[in-house]
Amino acid sequence: MEFPGLFNYWIAVVLMMTGFYIVIAQGNLIKKVVGLNIFQVSVFVFYISMSKIKGGTAPILDEGIEIYTNPLPHVLILTAIVVGVATTALALALVVRIRDAYGTIEEDEIGKLEQEEET
Amino acid sequence: MTVTAFALVRLRNLFAVVMLSGIFSLLAAVLYVVLDAVDVAFTEAAVGAGIATVLMLGTLALTTGVVKEAPRKPLAALLIVSLTGALLIFGTLDMPPYGDPNAPIHHHVAPRYIEKSGSEVGPPNIVTSVLASYRGYDTLGEVTVIFTAAAGILILLGGRRRPGKKRRTAGKTGG
Amino acid sequence: MKSKPVLRVTSKLLIPAIMLFALYVQFHGDFGPGGGFQAGVIFASAFILYALIFDIDTARKVVPAWMMRVGLASGLLLYAGVGVVGLLLGGKYLDYSVLADNPVIGQHLGITLIEFGVGVTVASAMITIFYLFAGQGRQPEDS
Repeated sequence: MEFPGLFNYWIAVVLMMTGFYIVIAQGNLIKKVVGLNIFQVSVFVFYISMSKIKGGTAPILDEGIEIYTNPLPHVLILTAIVVGVATTALALALVVRIRDAYGTIEEDEIGKLEQEEET
Repeated sequence: MTVTAFALVRLRNLFAVVMLSGIFSLLAAVLYVVLDAVDVAFTEAAVGAGIATVLMLGTLALTTGVVKEAPRKPLAALLIVSLTGALLIFGTLDMPPYGDPNAPIHHHVAPRYIEKSGSEVGPPNIVTSVLASYRGYDTLGEVTVIFTAAAGILILLGGRRRPGKKRRTAGKTGG
Repeated sequence: MKSKPVLRVTSKLLIPAIMLFALYVQFHGDFGPGGGFQAGVIFASAFILYALIFDIDTARKVVPAWMMRVGLASGLLLYAGVGVVGLLLGGKYLDYSVLADNPVIGQHLGITLIEFGVGVTVASAMITIFYLFAGQGRQPEDS
């Protein structure tokens, strides 16, 4: 197994963990959404790198080409990207509404406001 | 690309964060071209670097631009994250190496798509024929998801705001 | 943005080109990279550019919000409707081979139609979302 070997998976894992860290450690809701986006992109990279075949070309039929890269993951990820941006927009809309209701987008401050409400 | 992602963790100015995430997805698009996924790269460049950045900026204009507090309990989070990452990397040790034509993923339905789609469906772009014809149900579902997301945003933001519902605004003026 | 002549002139030149490119991507998706999803997004970005450079209200006059809502639903209905037409013509749901005498031509027709449906839905969804986000900022002032 030469150098690239499993390297592509490791990149995906590192990216995913970066996104995961942002989601856990940051209190700001917009940054959490950005973190989720990174997480999502890591999954995309994972799929696309799996579909690559060495020596293959882009999956567009043409004369004299024998090896094509696997088109199936491309289809899945293509739709997933557009759906991803639609759901991201939905998350951002929720953030805007939360700011309307609480006046802040920091998770901790929202928690405090909730507690004050109860007492 | 990974460096950009790490920079995203540290930055607290949300405007810079949004710009960097645009750069991040542009880099992702370049990576997809290298990996032969031209359709995906096209989408990522248009969606990730274009629309998503505009939407994020719109949200920033409506909310606030700066992260206030330091990250909470970063050590615990770091521990969880590195543990999960280590487990995932351990899992990848059994995966087929990069670019291996014998990987299981290339031996299920993909060869049939590549061999037959030219004569069965027609378009030279296999991605299009798989997307629209073989996996038409999937795509119908995806379009429905987009429709539902837009409808949800219409419900969330489209209605009139009730000003009485506003609580303390924490000294910020939004828009 | 009224006082930025450079931006106004260049965007006026660019917007038709962007729309033309979107149409090219839409209908050339069978042969090269492209398709409904990308075309929808590019088309929407032309309108978003227009709304950013000129005013959002001007953009609303060009493309009213209700039209986008109609487009949102009709694109999806077109997609599902093509499936139902295939069903009525004796095929399976979303089987385009029955749309024409020759299965390959039928497939091609079906793909073009549903890609158009996808494009319309995606473009309208993106423009709707942008309108909603951009229109929020001014509402608190009148309440």
